[in-house]
Amino acid sequence: MTSQSPATAPDIKPGTAPAFPLAILAELTHRCPLQCPYCSNPVALEAASAELDTQTWLKAIEEAADLGALQIHLSGGEPTSRKDLELLIAKANEVGLYSNLITAGVLVGEDRLNSLSDAGLDHVQLSFQDSEAAGCDRIGGFKGGFEKKLAFADSVNALGIPLTVNMVVHRQNLGNLESMLELAVKLSARRVEIAHVQYYGWAYVNRAALMPTREQLERATEIVEAAREDLKGILVIDYVVPDYYAQRPKSCMGGWGQQFLNISPAGKVLPCHAAESITSLSFDRFPEKSLREIWESSEAFLKYRGTDWMPEPCRGCERREIDWGGCRCQAFAITGSADNVDPACVLSPDHALLQALAEEDSHGQSDDFLYRTRRAGLELEGA
Amino acid sequence: MTVERIEITETSVPALPRGVKLRFDKQRDQWVLLAPERLFVLDNIALEIVKRCKGEANIDAIAEDLAKNFSAPKDVVLKDVIALLQDLSDKRILTA
Repeated sequence: MTSQSPATAPDIKPGTAPAFPLAILAELTHRCPLQCPYCSNPVALEAASAELDTQTWLKAIEEAADLGALQIHLSGGEPTSRKDLELLIAKANEVGLYSNLITAGVLVGEDRLNSLSDAGLDHVQLSFQDSEAAGCDRIGGFKGGFEKKLAFADSVNALGIPLTVNMVVHRQNLGNLESMLELAVKLSARRVEIAHVQYYGWAYVNRAALMPTREQLERATEIVEAAREDLKGILVIDYVVPDYYAQRPKSCMGGWGQQFLNISPAGKVLPCHAAESITSLSFDRFPEKSLREIWESSEAFLKYRGTDWMPEPCRGCERREIDWGGCRCQAFAITGSADNVDPACVLSPDHALLQALAEEDSHGQSDDFLYRTRRAGLELEGA
Repeated sequence: MTVERIEITETSVPALPRGVKLRFDKQRDQWVLLAPERLFVLDNIALEIVKRCKGEANIDAIAEDLAKNFSAPKDVVLKDVIALLQDLSDKRILTA
């Protein structure tokens, strides 16, 4: 899982009660050759032996299409670790789901990419951890990764598959933001996601090594705004800001249980990929229950869907159907209860606390990471 | 490598590239353009324009055809077609 953009909802007309999810995020595996310290996977990573088998994923893809989903994001971990990825893409294609591969691009040679392409792959989102080899390989914890990514991008372009470059940004790489944008143009990407780290899971653990200063954030936003002008019609820039410094919360996932459905490697069905961090919730599993049953009536999806669950001041807020109360995972991480107002909101009683944490972490004394490995996760969980 | 913004003119020949798909979304009873991590809901006018982006007809011919079919003045139609397709091109979901 390399994407860091839960705030990026598809462009669609705002509506009332959602009858169907728009997109399904299939986290096929937690195995990954990279060890990014801000990975959005849960700290407790699933073992390969716990992963759903091919037949179960094929069934999930069919059910997602029946339920009204239009897109499938194939993610992980590193989704190309799965040998059956071609079969899953072909099934998505067959049932009319637009397929998006979210990859680090270090495991796939030309032959494998050809076979993914032949299966009907629609789009590739490729992660870079920095704009140059030393930083990229250090942050991702994978030597030689940068060169492999460049070669992979060339292969994607050669096949005419649209390429998005995903750059997760933080204190240790924001100084290279301009060269990241140059790299995206050089790689003929049509889109780039400049996504500030969102602080859940691994990123929450590593926040003192990642949190940008307010000045860095302001500079980054200026650079992005200028680049949007300069690169109009050449590169589309999606920008995800860190809400620790925000005044209003993000519309996380376009509203809890309204547009997205996430399936974990072991079949847990979640309203967002970070939802497992809310330990007060329990999640139903596929295929024990159908996707429709879970979407329509599981406790976890109903709990924060819509506006009825909201405390004041959210309930009476004119923005309640714009930001849908922000992020439940953040409310849980900072305040201890997912029922509370997202502390990113200036109206939250915990807003000052969140900003103080950001301020303190942004001046963190150490740039050392706790890398994302299964062993480190087990130790953290045990701690 | 220098990449330049495409400017849509009467002689441009628009097409949807790989990775951009026109689809009827039966659950929501609407036409959509599926694109990289995006979804664009098309109204009737946009649909009629996008349907004609096949890498065959140029913008002038598309406007002519639409004007005839919908009994509208061609100069007005032409302006609308260029505006919409320039927007899609700037979003990098149209080639021309």
